[in-house]
Amino acid sequence: MTVFSQALRRVVRRGDRAAARPLPDESAVTLAPAPAVEIADHDPLIAFLQSASGPVDLDELKLDSAAVRELRVAGVKLVVPLISSGELIGTLNLGPRLSEQEYSSDDRRLLESLAGQAAPALRVAQLVREQEAEARERQRMEQELAVAQLIQQHFLPVEIPQPAGWSIEAFYRPARAVGGDFYDVLERPDGTIAFTVGDVTDKGVPAAMVMAATRSLLRAAGEELGDPGAVLARVNDLLHGDIPSRMFVTCLYGVLDPRTGSLRFANAGHNLPFVRSDDGAAELTATGMPLGLMAGMAYDETEARLHQGEVLLLHSDGIAEAHAPDREMFGIPRLSEVVAQPREGRGGVIARVLAELERFTGPGWEQEDDITLLALRWGGDAAQADGEAAAAPEVLAEFQVPSEAGNEREVMRRVAEAAGPAGLAGERLEKLKTAVAETAMNAIEHGNHNDPVLPVRVRVARQAHDLLVEISDLGGDRPIPIRETPDIEAKLRGEQEARGWGLFLIQSLVDAMQVDTDQGRRTVQLVMHLEDENDG
Amino acid sequence: MAERFAANARIHDGAGVIDMSGELDGGAGEQLQEAYAQAAAGAERILLNFAGVSYMNSTGIALVVELLARARSERRPVHAFGLSEHYRQIFEITRLVDFVTIHSDEASAVA
Repeated sequence: MTVFSQALRRVVRRGDRAAARPLPDESAVTLAPAPAVEIADHDPLIAFLQSASGPVDLDELKLDSAAVRELRVAGVKLVVPLISSGELIGTLNLGPRLSEQEYSSDDRRLLESLAGQAAPALRVAQLVREQEAEARERQRMEQELAVAQLIQQHFLPVEIPQPAGWSIEAFYRPARAVGGDFYDVLERPDGTIAFTVGDVTDKGVPAAMVMAATRSLLRAAGEELGDPGAVLARVNDLLHGDIPSRMFVTCLYGVLDPRTGSLRFANAGHNLPFVRSDDGAAELTATGMPLGLMAGMAYDETEARLHQGEVLLLHSDGIAEAHAPDREMFGIPRLSEVVAQPREGRGGVIARVLAELERFTGPGWEQEDDITLLALRWGGDAAQADGEAAAAPEVLAEFQVPSEAGNEREVMRRVAEAAGPAGLAGERLEKLKTAVAETAMNAIEHGNHNDPVLPVRVRVARQAHDLLVEISDLGGDRPIPIRETPDIEAKLRGEQEARGWGLFLIQSLVDAMQVDTDQGRRTVQLVMHLEDENDG
Repeated sequence: MAERFAANARIHDGAGVIDMSGELDGGAGEQLQEAYAQAAAGAERILLNFAGVSYMNSTGIALVVELLARARSERRPVHAFGLSEHYRQIFEITRLVDFVTIHSDEASAVA
């Protein structure tokens, strides 16, 4: 309907009252446009014009219409409807003839034919304008999206502390519209680990800013106060009145002593965490109001104790509230079942939850909300407790870099820093470095399309006698095309492009390479055996 | 942070030497081609000096391939020296060694 009234606002009138002067010299006649007359959508004139068979004499029109009165006041005598594809898209409004005679039937035929040609042209112009406006809006939204992602990425931890005997793993994947999820894990000076997962209501830049503020306030309060309940109470008071109304933050904040497994946490309206033990999965209960809604709230602390082999899992709405194609919701009970499952194959509880989510939502699922998972597992021997013979990988380094050309060197440097002490040296270290740089370059360029807001994540780990380097991008489920062996002679003859060495080099330099794609994240794992070094 | 790539041409005993330094990657193309043009203007043989190259990646290798293709079309022999053990291996993996004669130092490359 807006298109319609916009078109009607563009009122064209030939001549005005000055034209009535008896001046034969046309050049002296002022042909100023008449004042625009707006016709309301519900005005009866619109229905009349829609079905009119040609130019309409305003003076003879007997309609109780505000628009007709206004048009008369504006000096309009004749209204020619502009109809395109059966739709009234505008009118051609004419004042009296310069000669002061009535419009002749020839005049009317001419005007009708003119209107017949002008209407489609006007419609095309309108469509172009609409498309331009849509394109501008799309661009604006994409920019906003990029800003929101940038803020959010910046406030997520780059490295997760790994206290001795523990494996702390996080997974975070933003939805396209970027919600306000966040998580944080910090080692405190007394050796305890502060951890949090939170979710800001709303999406986009406003949510990202509140997320950034909340994370910083939590860090500051955590440093000063320590006790989870006190931390949440402080942050709640600071946020309240400062964040937009109708926006609030759910958040679970806890402190873990990795030496004893003792755990204290408080909850501001966030999803309850799971503990997985030999008995299955259980939710730990703690309740409290979300942050930022009301000042002066108190948050009870819950205490629990984790044992060797047990896992604490924190999660955000993006999982339990994901929908299958038939609109069924994933739900907490299903999540609980997945968490309780005995461990099978590689990967921990996060991998299992994500695999089940993928199975549930089906292929081509557009992620509805941010997904955040944080798992704290006690014991490298947890894997054995789960019935897996191989020891869990020991994480040596974990970090991310923005997808900017040249950052592959940063990745190479930091991987080398971690790989050196693990026992990789000399020529084999050089091989890994080149393979890592090539893999990171692929991730930056092909996976993340040089978009600096998308991080390339890197994890270096040792598992038994292997050094593992995992480099992941958000390249989607597209597998990396395994190119045929580059043919140098064809390249020299100009029959094959000079480029295309990367993947071939990587495969040639490392002991093993494998590519995993998991819901939009693509991970290339490079393996170097460490035994060779020990032998030599 | 990144060491800028530089390539300079000079003539040594009738050979056009291209001294390279810094990081040889996709951004080095223009400089490498310019140095090649200078070296080729004053000599027939082309000597690539990799001694100052701290890092080379696949896009840099692609530039070397382009340079070799150009030299080949002009029927110029290309030699290289100053390659670290690692990059020498990469030249082997990529079979570049079939088209560039590798020497341990400049003296043997010139000879």
